[in-house]
Amino acid sequence: MKTGRRINVDIALVIGALALTLFGLAIVFSAGHTDFRTPATGAWKAQLVWTLVGIAGAFGVSRASVRLIEWLTVPVYVFTIILLVALLVGFGSGAGTATSTSGWLTIAGHRLGQPAELAKLTVVLMLARVLGQNRVAPKSMIDLWKPMVVAGLPLLLIMAQGDLGTSIVFIGIFFAMLFWAGVPWQLLLLLASPVISLILGFDPRIWGAWFMLLIALVLWYKPFIGEGLFVVAANVITGIVGPLLWEHMPRYRQNRLLVFLDPSVDPRGSGYHVIQSMTAIGSGGWLGRGYLNGPQKRLAFLPEQYTDFIFAVVGEELGFVGVMIALALFLFLFLRVIRISERANDSFSSLVAFGLLASWFTHVLENVGMTMNLMPITGIPLPFFSYGGSFMLACWLAVGVLARISSEGRGGMSGPLRV
Amino acid sequence: MSFHPNDIVRRGRAATVICCGVLVFLLSAFFRAQVLKNQEYALQSEENRLRQIPTAAPRGRILDRNNKPIAENVVGYSVALLPQNEDTLRTTLTRLRTVVQLTNKQFEDAVGRFRRDRNRPTVIIQDASFDVVSVLEEHHQDFPSLIIQSAPKRIYPDGQAVGGFIGYISEISQGELAELTKEGYKAGQLVGKAGLEKQYEKELRGREGIKFVEVDARNRIVPNGRAREDVTPAEGPTLYTNIDLDLQEFMHTLFADTIEAGAVAMVPQTGEVLAMYSSPAIDPNRFVGGVSAAYYDSLRNDPRLPLYNKVLQSKQPPGSTFKLATSVMALQDSLITFDTRMPQPCNGYYYFGNRTWHCWRKEGHGSVNLFGAIAQSCDVYFYQLGQKLTLSRIIAGGVGLNFDKRSGIDLPEETRPDFPATGAEYFNKKYGARGWTPGSMELNLAIGQGENSQTILNMAKFYSALATDGTERVPMIKRGAPKVAGKLTLASDQLALLRKAMAGVVQAGGTAAAAAIQGISVAGKTGTAQTMRMSKNGKPLYWAWFAGMAPADNPKVVVVVMFPDVEFEGATAAGFATKIIERYLKVKVDANSIERTG
Repeated sequence: MKTGRRINVDIALVIGALALTLFGLAIVFSAGHTDFRTPATGAWKAQLVWTLVGIAGAFGVSRASVRLIEWLTVPVYVFTIILLVALLVGFGSGAGTATSTSGWLTIAGHRLGQPAELAKLTVVLMLARVLGQNRVAPKSMIDLWKPMVVAGLPLLLIMAQGDLGTSIVFIGIFFAMLFWAGVPWQLLLLLASPVISLILGFDPRIWGAWFMLLIALVLWYKPFIGEGLFVVAANVITGIVGPLLWEHMPRYRQNRLLVFLDPSVDPRGSGYHVIQSMTAIGSGGWLGRGYLNGPQKRLAFLPEQYTDFIFAVVGEELGFVGVMIALALFLFLFLRVIRISERANDSFSSLVAFGLLASWFTHVLENVGMTMNLMPITGIPLPFFSYGGSFMLACWLAVGVLARISSEGRGGMSGPLRV
Repeated sequence: MSFHPNDIVRRGRAATVICCGVLVFLLSAFFRAQVLKNQEYALQSEENRLRQIPTAAPRGRILDRNNKPIAENVVGYSVALLPQNEDTLRTTLTRLRTVVQLTNKQFEDAVGRFRRDRNRPTVIIQDASFDVVSVLEEHHQDFPSLIIQSAPKRIYPDGQAVGGFIGYISEISQGELAELTKEGYKAGQLVGKAGLEKQYEKELRGREGIKFVEVDARNRIVPNGRAREDVTPAEGPTLYTNIDLDLQEFMHTLFADTIEAGAVAMVPQTGEVLAMYSSPAIDPNRFVGGVSAAYYDSLRNDPRLPLYNKVLQSKQPPGSTFKLATSVMALQDSLITFDTRMPQPCNGYYYFGNRTWHCWRKEGHGSVNLFGAIAQSCDVYFYQLGQKLTLSRIIAGGVGLNFDKRSGIDLPEETRPDFPATGAEYFNKKYGARGWTPGSMELNLAIGQGENSQTILNMAKFYSALATDGTERVPMIKRGAPKVAGKLTLASDQLALLRKAMAGVVQAGGTAAAAAIQGISVAGKTGTAQTMRMSKNGKPLYWAWFAGMAPADNPKVVVVVMFPDVEFEGATAAGFATKIIERYLKVKVDANSIERTG
């Protein structure tokens, strides 16, 4: 550190990420601890290797200036799009709870990684670049066409793979970054309104009430007449088309959504995951069944216990106290990243930091919420916990980028722990 | 992009609030599940991982009057599986077949058991041999959902000797299950299917134990899993019976399996059943847990009908053994005394209604009183006695003597005897109002022929009343207080005289003189009822009866023997009966004398 350019390490950020990683590794180890062999047995070794690779990668990234990253953004983004297209033309295969999807880049039978993980990073960078160029915050939809294209293109490609979950992450990143870029909340709401209509369209009365509110919002915010009409039309279409779309949805996806509403609809099929997950968590009590000893995990009642449902292992074995500690660590990390965004030197850095936060936040909310049936079941992993090489690498590369932004940021971001 | 520091701080604050809010919301959901609803989920988790393996309780033992075992339990093995669903059951069974032999029936039975109760382990082999068990133990690793348990196995040490009343146990059927679920019976359990085992099922069954095992999501049993403490099974209470195994075994040796016969021995004063035998005998051991098709077919195709219990189910005209009943009716109504002679002496036949009614003895018996008529079984005497009684009094008398009812023995298989209890109504229905005459019915019924078919047991009950003060006792196999079935309204001296008359049967000049035994005075009555069928040799076939008691002056045992469809007559049957009497009285006396000297 003394030689070359001096970097101030954001100790709070690194310690927060390290604490979560160690916690996660311990749980992956426990997840492999079952009475009969499961794929999770011994998975912790690979996870440890990937963690070390990730930390090394983070260190490497933190040596690179933000300007270099900014300069690399466009080529990396293009490369990501190429990979995502490659998945659709025969290089993809599925895994985990999402075996029906094709998220894995596979060449000659070897799984090389999940381009979607890379896309989460590059979309954040690209959005930051596009939004950072604006002198004034966008006030109308037409001003937002660039970010829409940047986020929308990979989103559509990933949805085409059949991966509904990951596309939720992109929506989270997109809205969070628009928010951070100063887009008014009214505009964000108008932007989101067709999706809301789609969901509320199942009940005509609720949708009617929502539609009235929307009209009021349009009259109050006074967007361009064309945009206002467009939003209203879009809402009418989704609110009415929604139920029709449902009819044409594949059965398994319908089931997932139905089971989200009531897991007992199908306890042996689609509801099985959630019921077992909630049983594991609920039986944990205050202090849990003891590390390595959770029966739901040990006896393989809990599915995907080392990937998508790893948080249920925390709940079962370490109880409410363990859950509280894990969520507190996440909160600590999140608040730290908000701070980094606030203090970043330039708009690109600030937006990147906030976009990475948005990505993690969406993952945590969706994954943890899913284990408690607060969110639909999607194959979204839990940062720093879920077993998976590319994801762990992506998380630590993000830490590296954040560390760099932090060190370049204004005023006392390095040194003593401050949140 | 608006990056005025104030805007940034405002948005940062909003982001902080959203992050904190969402995580607190998540945390509250965990609090609700883990703290508030912990019990509910903990129970669900336990239900997931624990399986209750029922451990069969040993049935109560069944002992004879000297507390020797008639039925007891030995150690056996049962093999079961904990399948997840029918598909996994079928695949596991198919894999099991590579290790041990499983018949198609065992295969399909197992699937049927699984369908009946998915929560209990599916029994594959009810009674596995030690060889099968050791092979399976060797391969236990390959079959993690396999359960090998020691299970009590029912055996009947005397086998065929007790086949006539003990019954057997086997797996509960679907119909029985529907009936017995309320009493706590479950699919796959063994229940009494016949005989004593069925009669006293609820007393003999023990209380099933529970073994807890830990299973994983695919129902694989975790070796040394962290399960709950087991509940040990409780053995059922012992059933004490009146059976004398020594006498029972003697009957088994007495009646060769080539002959059809039934025999029962009772203590007349109490109704205790000492022995009961139906020949050819069945081996109850071979019925336990399901009879093999080969054995069952061999029994079913046997022309001597071993599956048909000769003592309980077989009914046939009692023949001359019924003459005592005719005598009792006449004496009860004071129509005759022991010295009464009939108007027409016996010269071998009796002419009535345009028909000649033969006496069994062509030369005739001459003029006899009641003593002589009983001792020599004179048909002509009883034809006239029947006419004297009239049909209605014969019917009423028979009903009064319970010839239309079961004896009431504590066995489920007993059939009801045939007796025209409704009299004229019955005959009208059967033959039409003009198709019969009371006269011929009087004659036939008086000598124990015609519309009257009795079980051996019912005749034994009647003769027990003759052997005592006239009280009819319900035959009982289980030890306990005697039960009264009825009473003959005769004075004790009249009963003594009847016994004296019957003693004449087994003395010189009587029909069963040849059956007399040294040192014991036997009283009894032969019966030879005509089947109206011919044997292969062209000889007439009879139902050959003997109902007797001894000692004649103070009877301690009543024995009734019957051979269906035989060429010989009641006198031969008497020979078998007196041997049973001799065995019982002599061994008993001998045993007493040894006790006294020792």
